[in-house]
Amino acid sequence: MYSLVQVELYKIFKRPRTYIAFGAVAALIGIIQFGLKLDGKSYLDFMLNDLSSSLEIDGKILNGYLVCYVMLQLLLVHVPLLIALIAADMISGEANMGTLRLLLIKPYSRTTLLLAKFIAATIYTLLLLVWLAILALFGSMLLFGTDDMFLLKTSYVVLLKESDVFWRYIGAFGFAALAMTTVASLGFFLSVFAENSIGPIVATMSVIVFFTILSTLNIPIFNLIKPYLFTTHMIGWKEFFDIKVNASNEAIIGSIQNPEKIIKAALVLFLHTIGFFVATVLVFRKKDILS
Amino acid sequence: MKKCSLFVLFVFSASLAFAQDAAQLIKKVKAKLELVDNYEATGIMKTDIAFIKAPIGKIKIYFKKPNLFKIKKEGGISLLPKGGLSVNLSSLIASSNYSTIDAGLQDFGSKKLRVIKLLPNEESSDVVISTLYINEKESLIEKAVTTTKENGTYTMIMNYGAYSNYGLPDQVVFEFNTKNYKLPKGITLEFEDNSKPLSAEQVLKNKKGRVEINYKNYIVNKGIPAAIFN
Repeated sequence: MYSLVQVELYKIFKRPRTYIAFGAVAALIGIIQFGLKLDGKSYLDFMLNDLSSSLEIDGKILNGYLVCYVMLQLLLVHVPLLIALIAADMISGEANMGTLRLLLIKPYSRTTLLLAKFIAATIYTLLLLVWLAILALFGSMLLFGTDDMFLLKTSYVVLLKESDVFWRYIGAFGFAALAMTTVASLGFFLSVFAENSIGPIVATMSVIVFFTILSTLNIPIFNLIKPYLFTTHMIGWKEFFDIKVNASNEAIIGSIQNPEKIIKAALVLFLHTIGFFVATVLVFRKKDILS
Repeated sequence: MKKCSLFVLFVFSASLAFAQDAAQLIKKVKAKLELVDNYEATGIMKTDIAFIKAPIGKIKIYFKKPNLFKIKKEGGISLLPKGGLSVNLSSLIASSNYSTIDAGLQDFGSKKLRVIKLLPNEESSDVVISTLYINEKESLIEKAVTTTKENGTYTMIMNYGAYSNYGLPDQVVFEFNTKNYKLPKGITLEFEDNSKPLSAEQVLKNKKGRVEINYKNYIVNKGIPAAIFN
């Protein structure tokens, strides 16, 4: 199995398109960091317009932690599209190149081969997230420094102590890894049905875009189906940055407002991942590779 | 007619006497506060604003005559009510360009406090009226309600301890009005937020803010570099 995963990883990283995702993430993060470094004050003034009429806010608000959060909000919606580029090509790419039959001649079961491919796609996904974390979190910490995290939500503001932030990012990236693995498993599943890469890549992107729009639309009729869409739960990482308060409205350091939401979202994503993978195995085991 | 004139004269002289008493009392309070040229103190600040989730923060407080006042959070972001200068007592009665009105005695917990209203004489002053609740025996301001043109009404409640000789409180509770906070979802990118609309009671609560500062370790009249207030 180990050697199979190695081979699959070699195939992934041999392809130039693999590096498109890493390049795109670096470019996007670089642009945002550059913009905020140059004109972050205007951005902050705009964000704090409502608050600063009644409060004096003092301190380094635009620090690495806030910048990383802003970037994650923007990027974690689009990173799935970059993951689809690779995951949706895992099987269809082989079919397209005519190497699928050759691959299945090997003395491994179809399930083992699929598992190796899926593990390789997951490793690629995790590496992309690590890359994102290095640039967005550590890069921003280096560029903007660190301080308390002042988070502006729609109807309230959260102030997290500097010492209470880093572990939340570890949790958030861990959760994002699970969410992105679900996307990879969807792409992987769709790639069984096609003989070329474009179809499953576009299909995966379409499903994500379609479901994300449904998840974000605040129309009551869609609220019924939202809990069943995995895209609704992909933003569960944000819950790590909401803090509980006690009866005196003092934030409880080290707490999370809705840990049960994170657990539920993680469970839904995990079940989707397993579901997509099992479905892939079931379809692929019966797939006619001779035609 | 004679009786009536006498009565008017009595009322006028009585109110003049009260006004003089009030001015004297303010003078005594001011004299006590003027013992302090500068101070530095550490403290703990609790912010209780309905739409802000903030932890208790350690702060440093600096004051220098006549009205330089600064609160610095130790390595972090601090939130203070706008017009935070009013957090210090000296600035309330720093000027002598105001008229005093004695509003009698009022119960405040177990104490009876003298209520004095200060009306600034200057048209340009941001303060419209300050009501001071003064402990006559100790010459200490225990409560102050200040209405401003720009920043609404503030209430300060002071508790005194070891530094009452200098008129420096151990605890200040600062209550103020806040504006409703709401950011569009398009800015916060929180499209998933399905929070229910607030009740009238919650909306009212959201408009009140409270900051509590517990002072510790005053260092009085040991000098403070002016650069701290920049």
